[in-house]
Amino acid sequence: MKRAISEMFRGCFALAFVFATLLTLGGCATTGTAEGDDPLEPLNRTMYAIHQPLENYVARPVVEVYEVIVPGIGRAIINNFFRNIDDLFSGISGLLQGKFDKAGHDFGRVIINTGFGLGGLIDFASDAEIPRGGEDLGLLLAHWGVGPRPYLFVPLLGPMTARDGVGMAARFYASPVDLALGNNNVALRNTLWGLGTVDLMATGVYASDLLGDIGLDSYTFIRGAYLQRRAYLSGETKFGRLELDEDYDDGYSVPPPSETSQDKQERREP
Amino acid sequence: MNKRFFLAITVPLIAVWTAFPLAAQTVEAPDAQIKRVADEVLAIVRSDAKVQAGDPARVREVLDEKLLPHFDFRRMVMLAMGRNWRQATPEQQNALVEQFRTLLVRTYSGALAQFRDDTINVRPLRAAADAKDVTVYSEVIKPGTTPISVNYSLVLSSDGKWRCYDVIVGGVSLVTNYRDEFNQQIKIGGVEGLLKTLAAKNKGATP
Repeated sequence: MKRAISEMFRGCFALAFVFATLLTLGGCATTGTAEGDDPLEPLNRTMYAIHQPLENYVARPVVEVYEVIVPGIGRAIINNFFRNIDDLFSGISGLLQGKFDKAGHDFGRVIINTGFGLGGLIDFASDAEIPRGGEDLGLLLAHWGVGPRPYLFVPLLGPMTARDGVGMAARFYASPVDLALGNNNVALRNTLWGLGTVDLMATGVYASDLLGDIGLDSYTFIRGAYLQRRAYLSGETKFGRLELDEDYDDGYSVPPPSETSQDKQERREP
Repeated sequence: MNKRFFLAITVPLIAVWTAFPLAAQTVEAPDAQIKRVADEVLAIVRSDAKVQAGDPARVREVLDEKLLPHFDFRRMVMLAMGRNWRQATPEQQNALVEQFRTLLVRTYSGALAQFRDDTINVRPLRAAADAKDVTVYSEVIKPGTTPISVNYSLVLSSDGKWRCYDVIVGGVSLVTNYRDEFNQQIKIGGVEGLLKTLAAKNKGATP
């Protein structure tokens, strides 16, 4: 049964992967508003409508039970373990983008946490203030010129672009845990899959709690925030000052926006 | 006579010249202002039991007194509405600014207590001395998490004070995000529709 659920999850990821690949290949890299980024809005809104009850009546109770069963320190350890794998992928993505400083930090983190932190359970690297690179495979694809479009909303996984979906699927497929365990220790592998899923759910639930009731229309708000964030991380936005229309008379003078060296510096260290 | 005339002219001139930079210095620099306001608010959040308990009246008081005077809500709404701003009547414009202000206060007052353990690290401003629109860069550090960049766009108001008109958290601009939302609402129901949605939202949820 456990096996079947695990396989089902993998099946879902496979489907998402194929879907996302097709969409990325079909998507073209034009600039536009958020609306232009979301040609599948009707479908996505349906998915969002499916997502909300799933989050409230499935993910949230699961996370609540998880919080009761596993004490805070245990959840931190579990989170550290999966973040360590993220760091590995961040290092690979950074390296392939030529961001050697970041990649160096990430690989340093992975070596310290894997070697001294019991295979990633303890995050000594953060105590030593080695910053996370925060790269991922989606950002690597962006660096290679793959456009983000279209935007997707996947129930329980949340907002993503097709590009990020491909990166995410690749990350789960090439997970070092699976590669190391293979079919030799299916029980452990499935346990880790389960924990990883719950950990991911917890992240999603916390994110929605944080976002709360802020937007006029939560679908639009999440989409805007997600697309802005990803564009910023991949260096695709100029992220300058906002401009009033030219012929506003508001009593202020607005200099033309320009990218300062601070903007660039800022982006290198998100 | 000639010399005295010269002195009579130059002394006041020099006095005026030297007085002007002094007067200019009395305007608090935007980065110093951000740092001061953040420190003041954080000090209250850390020491005030009522704020920590989330007492809405006290939170509202702190926001009204310490934080909100430093924001330019009118400019925020103008930027979020873009061209649609001019379609609104002056009465609608004022109502929109008021509703938007309420929305933000309502949303963020609940979050105030969460910043208790945070520290803010404001980077020195690099801008021309006569700049009237600047961005102040800062990092907010929550213990045990990766620092997040928080940048503030400020404009020099006509009363000589800097006011914030956008906050960009980790690359996500608050005003840009509301732009999509406002456009969408205006497309559906015009300026009046947006105003109604804002009012309903503010009335609907608990403060």
